[in-house]
Amino acid sequence: MKSSTNALGGRHTQCSICNLVMAVPEDVAAEQLGCSRCGAMIQRRKPNSLPRTAAFLLAAAICYIPANVYPIVEITSFGYQQSDTIISGVIYLLLHGNLALGVIVFVASVVVPILKIILLSMLLISVQCRSQWRPRDRARIYRIVEVVGRWSMVDVYVVTILVALLHLGSIASVEVEQGAIFFSVVVVLTLLAAQSFDPRLIWDPIEDGDE
Amino acid sequence: MTLIGCHHCDAVAKEPWVPDGGSAICRRCGATLFRRHRKTVEVTLALAVAAWILLILANAYPLLIFEIQGQASESTLASGVSALWRQGEYAVSAIVFLTTMLAPACEVLLLLFVLAPLHFRWRNPGGVIAFRWVERVRPWSMMEVFLIGIMVALVKLSEMADIRPGLALWAFLLLIPTLAGALALLDPEIVWRRIEETK
Ligand SMILES: [Zn+2]
Ligand SMILES: [Zn+2]
Repeated sequence: MKSSTNALGGRHTQCSICNLVMAVPEDVAAEQLGCSRCGAMIQRRKPNSLPRTAAFLLAAAICYIPANVYPIVEITSFGYQQSDTIISGVIYLLLHGNLALGVIVFVASVVVPILKIILLSMLLISVQCRSQWRPRDRARIYRIVEVVGRWSMVDVYVVTILVALLHLGSIASVEVEQGAIFFSVVVVLTLLAAQSFDPRLIWDPIEDGDE
Repeated sequence: MTLIGCHHCDAVAKEPWVPDGGSAICRRCGATLFRRHRKTVEVTLALAVAAWILLILANAYPLLIFEIQGQASESTLASGVSALWRQGEYAVSAIVFLTTMLAPACEVLLLLFVLAPLHFRWRNPGGVIAFRWVERVRPWSMMEVFLIGIMVALVKLSEMADIRPGLALWAFLLLIPTLAGALALLDPEIVWRRIEETK
């Protein structure tokens, strides 16, 4: 099989919804075509990919700080009150011998969101500069970033379960604190950022250089 | 000869022949182009039916049963969401509802709605639109993450009181691999071709 050609430069275009590859007649712009299989309008690249991704990333980075500084939950049991931030929750798990869960929560809540923000920003900048640096690796980074972000929701779910279970009046109660709000917003924003980014942009400058 | 495209880098190539269960990798960017499952409609449909039953069990029964000083309290998926809502945490409540209840239910229903008519050869004018949404809903369904959340909550609460898993937790444990399997065995290219044939 001959090495592939880019659908943007060639006579072919593909549907971004159902992946059907279509021939483009010479006198027609691809954007005027509708997909013959799924009916979607052809979009060669996601619209406004870079500014939308940048906006979501900036908002996520701003929310990341309060998400980690503010407590996410306040537990009152037997008249004793305790506020938990993400970090103090991780320390609790580690001190109580749950090394595996502690590491999972730490990686999922603290490392993953900031890593996702940093890596997507780097991809964004590299695309903006039309960088030709190791496109295969950058494409791989994007595919990883796309799937790991969801794990950051763990702590929000823990809070949900605590709230649902601990409503026993004077014995125990749980209040959700601001941190949890910022936290869930960070997860949604990074998810939207990853979805807005178009990985095909990584490859556009490569075509120009090689062929 | 059929051409296929890579939606990660826009490369176009001749479709290689791939045995069932095998996958094709994009030469240019290394992404998986497709995983071939010629029986995808039947297999995914069967798993989606199983997932639907498990989903109902997971929502109808308590996840955890919690006892403290003789008082028992049960938690279902919905009771967590509604407790957050009552506390005025509308954003968190909505996000938890979306990711643990709405998105998984939509994902399974969309699969059933697309695949059942294909299998039984019914006409289904809505199939095209519905199948477009399968990929869109997918990233918002986070049940496997929720399961880890349950485990962390179990550890935190086990010192305070007696805590037992409810029926829904077992349903959840089965549901996650069932739905993951349904999606892993979904071969969109084959489904699109079947949709096109029945038009
Ligand atoms: Zn299409
Ligand atoms: Zn590719």
